[in-house]
Amino acid sequence: MTAREQIFGDIRKALKRAVGQPTLFETAPSSSQELPAPTLRIPLSDRNLFADLFVQKFENLGGRSFRVRDTWAVVPAITELLTQKSAVASNSPFLRKCGVTGLAQVQAGFTDRDQLKEACAAADLGITSVDHALAATGTFVMLSGPHEARLVSLLPPVHIAIFPRSRILANLDELLSILPRPADQTSSMVLITGPSRTADIEQILVRGVHGPGEIYAVIVDEE
Amino acid sequence: MKAPETEIRQAINDPALQLAIYTATGRFIDGRASVVSAEALPDYQALRNEANAIKKHTIENLDYYLEQLESNVIAQGGQVVYCRTGQEAADFVLDLAKKRGVHMLVKSKSMTSEEIQFNERLEEHQLEAVETDLGEYILQIAHQRPYHIVAPALHLTRYDVADVFTKELGVENEVVIEKQTKIARSVLRQKFLEADIGVSGANFLIADSGAIVVVENEGNARLSTSAPKIHIAIAGIEKVIPRAQDLAVFLNLLGRSATGQPLTAYTSFLSGPRRESEIDGPDEFYLLLLDNGRTKLLADPEKRQSLYCIRCGACLNHCPVYRKIGGHNYPWVYSGPIGAIITPQFHGVNQDTWLPFASSLCGACAEVCPVKIEIPKLLLKLRAEVVEVKRTEASDGLERLAFQLFAWIATHPKINILLASLGSVFFPLVPKIGPLKKWASQRTLPEPAKQNFHQWWASRRRSV
Repeated sequence: MTAREQIFGDIRKALKRAVGQPTLFETAPSSSQELPAPTLRIPLSDRNLFADLFVQKFENLGGRSFRVRDTWAVVPAITELLTQKSAVASNSPFLRKCGVTGLAQVQAGFTDRDQLKEACAAADLGITSVDHALAATGTFVMLSGPHEARLVSLLPPVHIAIFPRSRILANLDELLSILPRPADQTSSMVLITGPSRTADIEQILVRGVHGPGEIYAVIVDEE
Repeated sequence: MKAPETEIRQAINDPALQLAIYTATGRFIDGRASVVSAEALPDYQALRNEANAIKKHTIENLDYYLEQLESNVIAQGGQVVYCRTGQEAADFVLDLAKKRGVHMLVKSKSMTSEEIQFNERLEEHQLEAVETDLGEYILQIAHQRPYHIVAPALHLTRYDVADVFTKELGVENEVVIEKQTKIARSVLRQKFLEADIGVSGANFLIADSGAIVVVENEGNARLSTSAPKIHIAIAGIEKVIPRAQDLAVFLNLLGRSATGQPLTAYTSFLSGPRRESEIDGPDEFYLLLLDNGRTKLLADPEKRQSLYCIRCGACLNHCPVYRKIGGHNYPWVYSGPIGAIITPQFHGVNQDTWLPFASSLCGACAEVCPVKIEIPKLLLKLRAEVVEVKRTEASDGLERLAFQLFAWIATHPKINILLASLGSVFFPLVPKIGPLKKWASQRTLPEPAKQNFHQWWASRRRSV
């Protein structure tokens, strides 16, 4: 008997399934407890307030944010952060639109995994956009794909995320209402809520253990 | 198994350790309280009820949801491996590592892997498994097991860590926590970049998507699952939930109950290897689904609710027993109230018989449990089972004799009445002599009746 057969046999026995009862996968599940319909709690607040709430939550976690009017204002806003630093940028079209990928100290356009990994491991900063942001928790939501890689927001010690204000959602529940099954679109969706942190020694908070210890959000009001 | 009384006494009499446990669990208690309060999360109780209902439904239909999960993992290009025991899980990884010529793998924190002594099993075959969570890494090089489900190195001070680093890494006495963290980061960064296999646990398995969810704060789980070419996730079969949308319930409860965070720093939804168009991520994905005693638990309609546990650690933090005796005095990797329940069940009731008794039944654990497991009720049930096993196995000879004597007296009314009237004569002496003197000195004992029932009945009949 294979491990699979035995485990399923043991489960069916434990749940007192009748002999010969068809595989439940082909029928609807039955139980004393019905599966409740998903409950998503999305506050009905003014969308114009989301950016303010995001900034407040994000900064409480130790992030720093910049609000800029339009895409032209992005490069001037981050110039200081980039001085004397090397950076890797993701392939997000929004970053190109903001003129970030054209900067001398920024490497961009990676399509090869090993090259990207090497560049990210050596870079001071990783620059990305985000697919969504969550106001209630100050969270970035990033889906891995041709435009965003996993390692750009992870290997460099500093992460800068640049995104239009319109991408800010209310909360996790709203995200799950838009993306009821994230796996349909990507092998990796990550919610980033504040800098990498630990409190494993004496419960003392230290930022930047394995991921970036410093994170910045640049919110662009008009796309 | 008897309680490790010497070790427990040692823990209680160690002021530094007591301070460490009290501070850490106290912070967790405060952190949780501030984010589940009526102002911070008005729907907290509703969320708990929903979480309980979803878990109950899923566990009662575990075969259905596991099959759905399996077919969706395969549809995403991943593979599912069923493991009856820890040995089967380790054997699969050893075999895969051999086929791919891998000698070292990186690991993110996983209680399930602790449960099956994963690292030890691999190291027996010269496959190095490097723990990358800071706390777990310190414990690994110090050769200790986790002290707490969420904060594994809770019992160690910066000075302990400095000693470990000096001894194992050859770093001169470094006692600044930020610098200790940097040291670990640079050692482990190299491992992440070199490793070809990354192993993670999973907080949730999503049946409708074939995805896993990993919750963490450091970024080591993201690195373990993103940098190496192969990702292996190990999870108990009970971790499955029906829909991605159910995470709105569970993620709102897990971080809050564990560390007082509305969301932890990183929550990763991962499914299968990287897709065609994706730039990075692993080429191969394996999901190891572990039984290791869980189907035995499932067979008991009452105790199966302990499979709802999402390992937040809140019951440990709030347990007056855990907060006194600490994590290492529990016999297994799962400590505290939930550990007291699942440990004897995973191991068989005859072992670890003291565990269900290591509780004051104050009910704090049940009050804070985000999925509403009735922990005190289960502990009582386990106590009854332990007693039953003892009674049927080799019961106490003296106790048996006493009950036989009692049965004989109770079935012989004349003797019974005689002894009862003698009792009323000797009863007032209890506070003055014998082993109960101290106990009785603090209490007012009831006066024995002047007449016993038989005498009263007889006199009543006469008067009628």
